[in-house]
Amino acid sequence: MVGLEHYLTVAATLFVIGIFGIFLNRKNVIVILMSVELILLSVNINLVAFSSQLGDLVGQVFTMFVLTVAAAEAAIGLAILVTFFRNRGTIDVEDVNVMKG
Amino acid sequence: MSVADFAFYAFAIVAVIAALLVVTARNPVHSVLWLILTFLSSAGLFVLMGAEFIAMLLMIVYIGAVAVLFLFVVMMLDIDFAALKAEMTRYFPLASLVGVVILMQLALLYGAWGQAENASALRMAPTPDMAEIHNTRALGLIIYDQYLLVFQLSGLILLVAMIGAIVLTMRHRTGVKRQDVTQQMWRDPAKAMELKDVKPGQGL
Repeated sequence: MVGLEHYLTVAATLFVIGIFGIFLNRKNVIVILMSVELILLSVNINLVAFSSQLGDLVGQVFTMFVLTVAAAEAAIGLAILVTFFRNRGTIDVEDVNVMKG
Repeated sequence: MSVADFAFYAFAIVAVIAALLVVTARNPVHSVLWLILTFLSSAGLFVLMGAEFIAMLLMIVYIGAVAVLFLFVVMMLDIDFAALKAEMTRYFPLASLVGVVILMQLALLYGAWGQAENASALRMAPTPDMAEIHNTRALGLIIYDQYLLVFQLSGLILLVAMIGAIVLTMRHRTGVKRQDVTQQMWRDPAKAMELKDVKPGQGL
């Protein structure tokens, strides 16, 4: 019987894969943004799993808000990426030091 | 193993493998496609948990908007991705170390986790009976009632994100000919054409 623990395991695995991806793709901002999306997805799975197990709908409501923030974050992140690429001709994270004090 | 269990394992395994391929794929376009597969499988997991509305939202927002946005940006930017990938082997040990450490921390939590005795009494909005009110309707009753302010704030977040993205990516090019409506409307027909009286035998 599949229970809460199974869903939590899937969410934890996705979370770790997201963090793994951030460290693995140090040069490529696009894949880093995708990894952040994976992490937010794992959080959503956690919220819905607890909501479903406890029988409390608020978890699903907050999943919606996390989804909203994730969409906004992706839009802003990609806009910054496009602007950065237009100015510098690269998306290497290590080149992002213009604002260094 | 029942059908629901089999579906869970199928969706879970596909989601995890696709997520791994997202971060390790050589071509970012493939990464985006694997990301779409991850989202699809997660939507399946949500359906299994009885959250149909969230599952459909995941398909529309994540696959329809976010993944397509990623695809656009990946295809628009002219980048030599092979050079970026060459560095990947250098970071692999560090990435695995961090991953394993976090996985072990989560595993530690896994054993030492318990539920409060009065958890069911502390619920904010108990899920109504599925036969009576379906998921979407129940969610709507809560969102437009108890969480109206948060709902409107999330709309505001989206508005700010939209304006921010437009402001960030808009640029004014000089030397581009544009239509100026007021100038067109104030144009004087009398000055638009000039008549020259050309005498015979002479040029202008």
